Amino acid sequence: MKMTPVLAAILSTGVAGGAVAQTELSLWYHGAGSANAEEALVNQLVEEFNASQSDWAVVLETFPQGAYNDAVGAAALAGELPDILDVDGPVMPNWAWAGYMQPLGIDEAKLEGFLPGPIGRWNGEVYSVGLWDAAVAMTTRRSTLEDNGIRVPTLDAPWSLEEFNGALATLAATGDYEFPLDLGMAWTGEWYPYAFSPFLQSFGGDIVDRSTYQSAEGVLNGDAALAFGEWWQSLFTNGYTPGTSQDAADRETGLLDGKYAIAWNGNWAALPVVEAFGDDALFLPAPDFGNGATIGAASWQFGVSGTSDNPDGARAFIEFALQDRWFSAFSDGTGLIPVTSTAAANTANYKPGGALEVFYGLSEAQALVRPVTPGYIVSAKVFEKALADIANGADVADTLDAAVDEIDADIEANGGYGH
Amino acid sequence: MASKLTRSNRAGWLMALPGAGLIATFIILPFFLAFAFSLTNQRLVSPNPTEYVGFENYSDLLGLAVFTLEPERDEAGNAVIKDGEIQYPRLRNFTRRNPDYPHLQGKREWFSWQSGENRTVVLASDVVFMRALVNTFLFVLVVAQVQSGIALGLALLINQKLRGISFFWAVYFMPVVVSIIVVSILWKFIYSPGDGLLNSLLSWLTFGAFSGIDWLGNTATALPSIMAMSIWQGVGFHMVIWLAGLQTISPTLYEAAEIEGSSKWQTFRYVTWPGLRNTAVLILIVITMQAFALFAQIDVMTSGGPLDSTQVLVFQAVERGYGKQDISGGSTISVILFLIVLCISILQRWLTREKT
Repeated sequence: MKMTPVLAAILSTGVAGGAVAQTELSLWYHGAGSANAEEALVNQLVEEFNASQSDWAVVLETFPQGAYNDAVGAAALAGELPDILDVDGPVMPNWAWAGYMQPLGIDEAKLEGFLPGPIGRWNGEVYSVGLWDAAVAMTTRRSTLEDNGIRVPTLDAPWSLEEFNGALATLAATGDYEFPLDLGMAWTGEWYPYAFSPFLQSFGGDIVDRSTYQSAEGVLNGDAALAFGEWWQSLFTNGYTPGTSQDAADRETGLLDGKYAIAWNGNWAALPVVEAFGDDALFLPAPDFGNGATIGAASWQFGVSGTSDNPDGARAFIEFALQDRWFSAFSDGTGLIPVTSTAAANTANYKPGGALEVFYGLSEAQALVRPVTPGYIVSAKVFEKALADIANGADVADTLDAAVDEIDADIEANGGYGH
Repeated sequence: MASKLTRSNRAGWLMALPGAGLIATFIILPFFLAFAFSLTNQRLVSPNPTEYVGFENYSDLLGLAVFTLEPERDEAGNAVIKDGEIQYPRLRNFTRRNPDYPHLQGKREWFSWQSGENRTVVLASDVVFMRALVNTFLFVLVVAQVQSGIALGLALLINQKLRGISFFWAVYFMPVVVSIIVVSILWKFIYSPGDGLLNSLLSWLTFGAFSGIDWLGNTATALPSIMAMSIWQGVGFHMVIWLAGLQTISPTLYEAAEIEGSSKWQTFRYVTWPGLRNTAVLILIVITMQAFALFAQIDVMTSGGPLDSTQVLVFQAVERGYGKQDISGGSTISVILFLIVLCISILQRWLTREKT
């Protein structure tokens, strides 16, 4: 948007003049120093909201992502939480349970047509809403599969376990690649539960029993989980995928450099693939290991802090943000998935025929949020360590048993996490 | 002397106040808090009230049990042998919800050995903590010896009046000035598997005979790799302390030794080394304490893996306290670490005391 100096002057005096009557709302955001347009867009969102009405003036403060959660925890202890928070989807129940956040209280009709991932529910109420979602796909080249006689899977007919294993064996046998599959083991932290727990769910297991959220016994160490664990270990013993010591640089460029044939990677890494391979680039749905194909869902979302004196203002801001034009703007600026199909139609990458259109379909069809419980933060860590250990050759049954014991002990120590 | 401390030196106390205040606020107070938290179930994020739990956190960390596993037997009562190995029932049959073995509930195998047909297993309530304890001691033991030794060697080399010697001072001291996080990231690239820097170098030196090692991904090489990198990073600092010690030794002693016709080794053994006595004590204690505090390298390079081969106490304390929101568990590890370092420091003081 081009602004004439006069118009800009009117606008800025309007904002400054209006601020006298406006009540200030503080907003904390995790995206300080983001590499893409994210931070600029949040600034623009705040400015336009402040100019659009005369009751509230949002003041934005951004944090580097690595320090954000700690800052919120410290602020909560000191009673200095802002009015509006942004929160990573799977972390939200933990903060809601601890009283850091309050129910959003917006009209749920406004959330119609949304993808399921960006709506953060806990204890039957909506606590947070996101302007975008993320999805992962088996990223590869059409020519790689066709040259080796491997079927190109679809959303309706994803690869089965046998087909997927067969494809890896075929690709390994060509000798053209250092590894046929790149799972991204170099990305420690939340990537493990986000990217790999859907495999476990597809086998029929889970990180925790979602019917009660009181135990992991039988779901993380039951027969399905053991089958998953044995398969997981076989990926590494067969040399199909690089292990936990993977070079982070190889994770970034290994597929493009031809070191890996298939990479399990997110839509945020998809554009370089399209640029490098053009029409040959393929983003394939997760394999179905027997219990349906799933991928993780939920990214960063906005919510109202538990101690805010002005929840009405905070709600007004979030409702203002929930417009298709913002979903489209953030998607264009960051490459993330817009949360409604109408917004998707107005984006560069997700419109019909767009380079990343397939991710919207993946998110719509396969997305399953990570366990919605305050204990997720701990169980995610336990799950990460169990997967790393199994990848490094630990006994599958013993490792999963130990993980179950640790998760159960944590749930008990927290009085059941309020379920 | 005593009167001077107490009498009319308000200015002195005032000047000490900022330092003393900071130490009290950020070191002494947190220590007492850590001890208090270790007796409760304090969480990082929780609406539940904190409760006093006594020494439960300590028993959860330190609990041990010994268990003798008898082999599986066939109908004749002989041990079942498959592929030349005696078959045992799985430990999980005993440690998980088995009412006959309540003392084994939730414990895991730490290590085991063979005694006749039976296998004796040592189980721990918290195997990860036990491994962290062993790794930390191993790290301290190796690093304290090797780092102080190399630092002394470098100090002796550098303690000469040669042209351009200050260039070497700078080179050896450089890693100390660089942030440990940056150093760790760089060394991660050096240790990278496949065609990493170290692997490429070794392969070039051996004309391709050397095949790449996954330095940080192998349980046998991960901890030694981190030791080597830590020694390299810290050696310059201790070299400077040795150097300061060397320069306090009076040149007249060396002149006298030369006149007496002592060899280089004799000069070192009977002049230099006795003159470095106090420096040696200082360096030993400082390196020991620094080595016990090992954290950043682990956090950046391995996160304690592979298979807990690089777990250490401080990393575990942070991982539990912040990562898993279990402040009481993290505090308990900190208190145990404090007691260990305290005991070792006292022991070192006693062993290196002035014998009169």
